[in-house]
Amino acid sequence: MASQGSKRPGFSRRARFGLFAGYVVAITGALVGAGLIIVAIFDPQGFASIRGAVSSATAPVSASGRGAVQSGGRIDDYIANWWNAGRQNAELRAELDIARRQLIEARATDLENRRLRQLVNLIEGESEIIVTARLVNSSLTSARRTATLFAGRNQGVRSGQPVSAADGLVGRIIDSGPSASRVLLLTDRSNIVPVRLTRDGTPAFTTGRGDGQIEVRALEAGRSPFEEGDVLITSGTGGIYPPNVPVAVIVEVFGDSAMATPLANPASLDFAIVQPAYEPVVEEDDAAESDEEAETAAAPGFSEMP
Amino acid sequence: MSRLRAADENIAVIRAQLSLIPAASVIAGSLICLMPIVAQAPLLPPFALMIFLAWRFLRPEIWPIWAGLPFGLFDDLLSGNPIGSGMLLWTAILLALDFAENRAMWRDYWIDWLVATGALTSYIIGTMVLNALTGGGWIFWPLLPQIAATILLFPLALRLCARLDRRRLML
Repeated sequence: MASQGSKRPGFSRRARFGLFAGYVVAITGALVGAGLIIVAIFDPQGFASIRGAVSSATAPVSASGRGAVQSGGRIDDYIANWWNAGRQNAELRAELDIARRQLIEARATDLENRRLRQLVNLIEGESEIIVTARLVNSSLTSARRTATLFAGRNQGVRSGQPVSAADGLVGRIIDSGPSASRVLLLTDRSNIVPVRLTRDGTPAFTTGRGDGQIEVRALEAGRSPFEEGDVLITSGTGGIYPPNVPVAVIVEVFGDSAMATPLANPASLDFAIVQPAYEPVVEEDDAAESDEEAETAAAPGFSEMP
Repeated sequence: MSRLRAADENIAVIRAQLSLIPAASVIAGSLICLMPIVAQAPLLPPFALMIFLAWRFLRPEIWPIWAGLPFGLFDDLLSGNPIGSGMLLWTAILLALDFAENRAMWRDYWIDWLVATGALTSYIIGTMVLNALTGGGWIFWPLLPQIAATILLFPLALRLCARLDRRRLML
């Protein structure tokens, strides 16, 4: 088919003017768009309130669907459970009896533990929970990795607060609307988390790769301290993320960096908890000294960074 | 007589509703982002832009040249891309198509697909760059599956729009 070319207005003055005005509006609008992006370059949080309002307006839609998707995903489980109901019932009863006894023991130990900690004054900002809420949707088409949490300013959620799940760290809040907020996931390229190895406490930090995995780099230059199967937990250095939250497991080591899989998979997550942003204690005690050690160890590593 | 007039008015209302189909389909494409899935990688193609372009190829006159502004802005609000990126890129794509159309000698299905491939790929990479400039990070490899899915699904978007178009012109 021969190309027709686009709208030729003919000799009508009005049609010509309308076409011209269309171009003017389009180009002006595109420039306004560019302007908005330039504003965002200098102030990435500048439109947080607009974003928050939009996510508050749309979160209920996704939230109602989220339940359906999750119950849909478990239909096979339901059928299997129905089939094995009798045998499973007996097994579960036996397990429950044992678990109940162990629970009571554990509670007693927990109480004792807490009392002893209080005695030695070691209670470090006992991590309180601001809110427990659902992750309802995420940026499906964008190169950023963010998810929407169905809780906002009304529930006390503010930007900068860490979000975690039972399995591990999920990310942190980047903007909060009245009833929903956006979470920057661990796997986003711009999310940097200070961590350490559970094996020997080597400090490191993780950055997202944008494809579901995260990249781990050691703070110390030189030989790689990582091994496959190492578990990473947050170190609490620099604040925001509280210490000792599980983050990821290393699955592959390349030279002095490694690739890790996050322990909490937001896709299968029911609920996430929001905690207050962690502020490291600055005191002249043992904890502060160990923090300082981490800092001095950090310095050469950071100079290695591009 | 009055009954006839009522029937006419009825048809006018239905026609008005049907004429909203193209805009509604683009908005529906943006709303797909609300699907209750938490993805770990850019998973879905930019459906809104695909539907927008499919209409543009089927009916070159359908969008005024500034149509990328409202639709792009709406898509930005939902998709998580920086606000303004859709306004800029959608309008740039429309202007480029307009410019190319006046110069092209020939047009067929394959050329349309090729042009759409170029437009959609540059949109995906363009939003990544704008994301990176506004506090995100530079990524390329995780975008490849998305780009491939976008290219392969574009003919489906064309089909969908052709079917909607038939519905739109039914009365």
